[in-house]
Amino acid sequence: MAEPSSDRIDVTYVADLARLRLSPEEIVVFQKQLGDVLGYVSQLAEVDVSHVSLLGDADLKNRLRLDEVRPSLPVTEALSNAPKQDNNLFVVPKMVE
Amino acid sequence: MDTTSLTIPELRQKLSSGAIRPREVVDQLATRVADVDPKLRAYLQLDVEKARTAADAADITKPLGGVPIAIKDVINVQGDPCTCASKILDGYIAPYDATVITKLREAGAVLFGRTNMDEFAMGSSTENSSWGSTRNPWDLDRIPGGSSGGSAAAVGGHEAFAALGTDTGGSIRQPAALCSCVGLKPTYGRVSRYGLTAFASSLDQIGTFTKTVEEAALLLEIIAGHDPRDNTSIDRPVPKYTQSLHQGVKGLRLGVPKEYFIKGIDPEVEKAVRDAIDEYKKQGAEIVEVSLPHTQYAVAVYYIIATAECSANLARFDGVRYGKRAQNPKDILDMYGRTRAEGFGAEVKRRIILGTYVLSSGYYDAYYNRAQKVRQLIGGDFRLAFEKCDALLTPTSPTAAFKIGERTADPLQMYLADIFTIAVNLAGICGVSIPCGFTTNKLPIGLQIIGPKWGEETMLRVAHAYEQATPWHKEKPPL
Repeated sequence: MAEPSSDRIDVTYVADLARLRLSPEEIVVFQKQLGDVLGYVSQLAEVDVSHVSLLGDADLKNRLRLDEVRPSLPVTEALSNAPKQDNNLFVVPKMVE
Repeated sequence: MDTTSLTIPELRQKLSSGAIRPREVVDQLATRVADVDPKLRAYLQLDVEKARTAADAADITKPLGGVPIAIKDVINVQGDPCTCASKILDGYIAPYDATVITKLREAGAVLFGRTNMDEFAMGSSTENSSWGSTRNPWDLDRIPGGSSGGSAAAVGGHEAFAALGTDTGGSIRQPAALCSCVGLKPTYGRVSRYGLTAFASSLDQIGTFTKTVEEAALLLEIIAGHDPRDNTSIDRPVPKYTQSLHQGVKGLRLGVPKEYFIKGIDPEVEKAVRDAIDEYKKQGAEIVEVSLPHTQYAVAVYYIIATAECSANLARFDGVRYGKRAQNPKDILDMYGRTRAEGFGAEVKRRIILGTYVLSSGYYDAYYNRAQKVRQLIGGDFRLAFEKCDALLTPTSPTAAFKIGERTADPLQMYLADIFTIAVNLAGICGVSIPCGFTTNKLPIGLQIIGPKWGEETMLRVAHAYEQATPWHKEKPPL
């Protein structure tokens, strides 16, 4: 826990990866708060996990089914909450020139 | 006759004898909500007329015929809002029913209102709701717990007979403890999550808030079971949980994990839980000390895994298919960035950033993979403990309800509120919180009973034995 907690994470960079625009005030507050949280979780470094497999003895198995058409939401209902739609499609800002 | 303080079996008896009609039950409950909810703010939305219509159509011969049930605002009910207490879903109307809702409808229940919560179920106090915090029915200056604080306050405040909630790290058990009701988190895979807005998919589970253990058993019988629409739900028979409740604890071995009685626990909470352990001894249970040596790492593991999963799950809120979209975006990235900035509250943003960070290139092994491995060790602790006992007894929360605003500036302090509940989710096992007393300030205290995977029958039997011998669950808050 020796390093200053606010150096543990570059909040601006990570927020950009997460498609989250932050205000300058949020960046300052989150930098400190998340630094503290990362300081806390760094205690996991002291646990010996050399003998532990990543998935352990997970008892869940893949469930497979035939790829058949089954009843699902009609298009109009699936679009009923869309912020913008046209011609049975979601409308978004232009992405390619 | 006022029915609002009745248990579901008592209410069903009145309904089937014709002493009261389902519509009158809805009306009485609506009156109670009108009286106390301006103080508690447990409900985000309630359409009384819709509930009356459903009550008129209810088949009272069914297991929940005519019984109103409140629903946490994270579970989809066709035609109702489902905001997850987030601005980003303001105005969203669910186009379909979650599987638990289909099952409640089939059992004759009347869906009654949407309860408040921390935004996207991220929090331990319901202060992270975008629509304002819910109050604790036992002290209006205090939090009800969270994230299912609205469901807990509604049941604790007798403005709901029962409610559904969700539990990712304690979000049913902790508020149930703080509001003096019974909060049940079933085994991971016991209840379908189809139609539940996902927060952390390897941890989330739907469960119940009720006044008594018997009602928790009854509701679990109805909502449990395999669902082809949720591949993490498991195809195992659903026992008649209500049938095995009355067998007592004589001959059962109940484990007390020493790591759950640590420095920092409120002495009044510890005393109440120790007294409960003595009661079990008196009833003929064998009390055994057990050790769960990796307990101290549970909160750290949780805040890596839960945030990692939330950063992926909440990527779907991008302003494209549903929910809010920022005005006049200049391009697609501007739309994503501003939609999410305007739509999410501070805690959700913090967790998305943390989750993105622990999954990012260069940090993945040190954080996410390591946390997954320590998670295996935590699960292993429980497996070993359950070789020596049938269920575990612990406090649900290290303290009684804290004051509104007390921990909002320090997320880490807030996270530590779940120190006794988180490991159960990480291990995928089941837990229930039941009332076990009050502090000198008359704030509720909860006893947590933890069972192994698929151990609900014995766990509920243990809970019932204590409840029947004690008066706590009968007390009503002074509202």
